[in-house]
Amino acid sequence: MSAGMYSEKVIEHFRNPRNMGEIKDADGVGTVGNPICGDQMTIYIKVKNDRIVDIKFKTFGCAAAIATSSMITELAKGKTLEEAMKITRKDVADELDGLPPIKMHCSNLAADALHAAIKDYWEKQKKRKKSGK
Amino acid sequence: MIDLRRIYLDHAATTPVDREVLLEMLPYFTRFYGNASSLHSDGGVAHEALEKAREKVAEVINAEPDEIIFTSGGTESDNLAIKGIAYKNKDKIKGKGPHIITSSIEHPAVLETCKFLEKEGFKVKYLPVDRDGIVKLDILEKSITKNTFLISIMAANNEIGTIQPVEEIGKIAKDYDIIFHTDAVQTIGKMPMDVKKINVDMLSISGHKIYAPKGVGALYVKRGVTLQPILNGGGHERKLRSGTENIPGIVGLGKACELAKKRMSKDIQHIKNLRDKLIKGILENIEKSYLNGHPEKRLINNAHFRFTAIEGESLIMDLDEKGIAASTGSACSSKKLQPSHVLLAIGLTPVEAHGSLRLTLGRKNTKNEIDYVIETLPKVVNRLREISPLWKK
Repeated sequence: MSAGMYSEKVIEHFRNPRNMGEIKDADGVGTVGNPICGDQMTIYIKVKNDRIVDIKFKTFGCAAAIATSSMITELAKGKTLEEAMKITRKDVADELDGLPPIKMHCSNLAADALHAAIKDYWEKQKKRKKSGK
Repeated sequence: MIDLRRIYLDHAATTPVDREVLLEMLPYFTRFYGNASSLHSDGGVAHEALEKAREKVAEVINAEPDEIIFTSGGTESDNLAIKGIAYKNKDKIKGKGPHIITSSIEHPAVLETCKFLEKEGFKVKYLPVDRDGIVKLDILEKSITKNTFLISIMAANNEIGTIQPVEEIGKIAKDYDIIFHTDAVQTIGKMPMDVKKINVDMLSISGHKIYAPKGVGALYVKRGVTLQPILNGGGHERKLRSGTENIPGIVGLGKACELAKKRMSKDIQHIKNLRDKLIKGILENIEKSYLNGHPEKRLINNAHFRFTAIEGESLIMDLDEKGIAASTGSACSSKKLQPSHVLLAIGLTPVEAHGSLRLTLGRKNTKNEIDYVIETLPKVVNRLREISPLWKK
């Protein structure tokens, strides 16, 4: 990859990632990817009334992986869980003015990580209801 | 966009054309443009330049001028050497599985040529290397069969900079009467290369790695070694490489070899000092940073690191913004999305290979530039580690 292959928006998000970090008492956590393949990301969400009120990420990977993670946090913040589940990989890539074709599959995992975090939240809710808390 | 403050640390990828080289070349584009094969005096001028360049290239490796074949670069030289000798030997040992020995850390120009020949019925042994990247000589000797006709092992590795024991390999090849080819693309001008001392039969040279232009190279072919050409045509270059000679490029390669020889001891001192300072500065200033390749038996201009918990492509992108041109063995920077075969061969895990960084210095690098890199790189590594879920302090 060279800097010229990425859109300005990808570079901008890579250099100044939004919502980077962890949420210690997150309501849902989703991790996807595999460091062996060069990409791994974790998304943390705080949920209130079925809405994502806070979201953070940590990512190991290339510039595209970091930029897509940053972008998904912007797209998901404030959305209801239903709305957030509808965000696709393509939405993330489009919002970044596109990704190099070779990066579309390997580094565009942010939507998957977000969906995993939401599912994790739902699982935890189910368990909580069962145990009567 | 021209940024005068760029710090170029990717000389193993390519080098700028030296000003003296360029000046030597220029007349051969517009003034002395004759075809070296033409009988008229314009052709004669070109022919003379061609032969003068041949002498200069021969001199840098202590060969005879008639042992130098000009090519389009390192890749062609490797292809001509390996395919040329393979096709020549194919019939001799037909049906017995003609055998080539190479290493698992060769440049793709050698590896892919060997893989291609495997499809044509040749057998190839890819020798393992140790953790420093040095070919295991005991396995080399054990791998030799009566059908082995070629050993092709690089003089020094282009990624991690490890220098191979070519003299010992040359001795083994001679003892068993096997042709020995070495890809010396990375070593010319950085260490003495003497084909007689190494006992090598063929040696590949590339122009653009030694301050000559891209698109020109040479193959040394020892007197008495016969090859089958891979380009057929008008019979140029002792019928081994047809095609009108690239006179400006060849003149440039000749001048670059002359300069390499003239400046070698000065270059070695200057570049090695800076490189040692760089390695020390980085290992001291970045925790969980490691040097890949052999600590001493390495090219004088090569520094190859790995940093825990970060990925190389993002490292390159960040350094690029800070004005530093570098390279990585991470899969994410390659078209194949595979981590470097060299880093895997020296026993790194894929995750470790992803976090690698190659900095290769050149003649024009300065102490100030290296100071800037030692100051900047830790900041870049720290930023990416803060983003990384794999980083645990």
